[in-house]
Amino acid sequence: MIDTEALSCQELVELVTDYLEGALTPADLRRFDEHLAGCDACTEYLAQFRRTIELTGTLTADDVSAEAEAELLDAFRTWNAGAPGVTGPVT
Amino acid sequence: MESTDAKLVAALRAGDEAAYRTLVRDWHSAMLRVAQIFVPTRALAEEVVQETWLRVLGALDRFEGRSSLKTWVFRILVNTAKTRAQREGRVLPFSALQDPARVPQAAVGPERFLPGDDEHHPGGWSSPPRDLPEARLIASETRDVVARAIDALPANQRAVISLRDVEGWSSDEVRNALDLSEVNQRVLLHRARSKVRQALEEYLT
Repeated sequence: MIDTEALSCQELVELVTDYLEGALTPADLRRFDEHLAGCDACTEYLAQFRRTIELTGTLTADDVSAEAEAELLDAFRTWNAGAPGVTGPVT
Repeated sequence: MESTDAKLVAALRAGDEAAYRTLVRDWHSAMLRVAQIFVPTRALAEEVVQETWLRVLGALDRFEGRSSLKTWVFRILVNTAKTRAQREGRVLPFSALQDPARVPQAAVGPERFLPGDDEHHPGGWSSPPRDLPEARLIASETRDVVARAIDALPANQRAVISLRDVEGWSSDEVRNALDLSEVNQRVLLHRARSKVRQALEEYLT
């Protein structure tokens, strides 16, 4: 952001992740906070964005299948036994 | 080398199956998401993950700890996935991962804002976000909406939001694993979160 004018709502919604990541410059942070202080709609938008992140955090990761895990353990045992054939190329 | 990594690597080298199994389980979901940036199907991504572990074991003696073990494993994963994608004759979405900012994408559709030359409120909301009903937000169906919205994202955005917001990785971990700039990591994360928020708003209001 180069100008020093007040942020519009349309500009603010593009900066929300930068804001939450602490990546805004001090000048932009001030403009962001000043806008929020006077704008209920953007305050609601930011709250929804935070709720979205929280909800995403409640999703569970995909578990490895028993079959895939068994294959990987076999590979590990073979490798550990020092057998050739499991040393793939290093990239 | 970081001390936890040093212990892990020593355990693996000593043939500690429990340590190995823990890593396989902990990183499986993240590895699949990252592999799917490059290969088109879940089945291929599973194969890439398998191949990656073989390469990791084969190269373990040469791991020197210049990066974290996690970063090292994910770099091998990315290389394995790229090689696999090329073998499958797939055009790699390099530019999409390396330079997402090239193609601008609005977090909220422009139709929801007043025009920039509006007399009273240029760029202000014309259709502001409505309150989300808290009772429905916490319902399990709402989580399904979030999961579906993430599945519908482009693979690079899906990988970044999965690592950051589902798996809880730091931005540095994601940047290092995917070899992304700080800015591009944030652009991908912002787009992903913006679309998931929009899906929630559409579902709940």
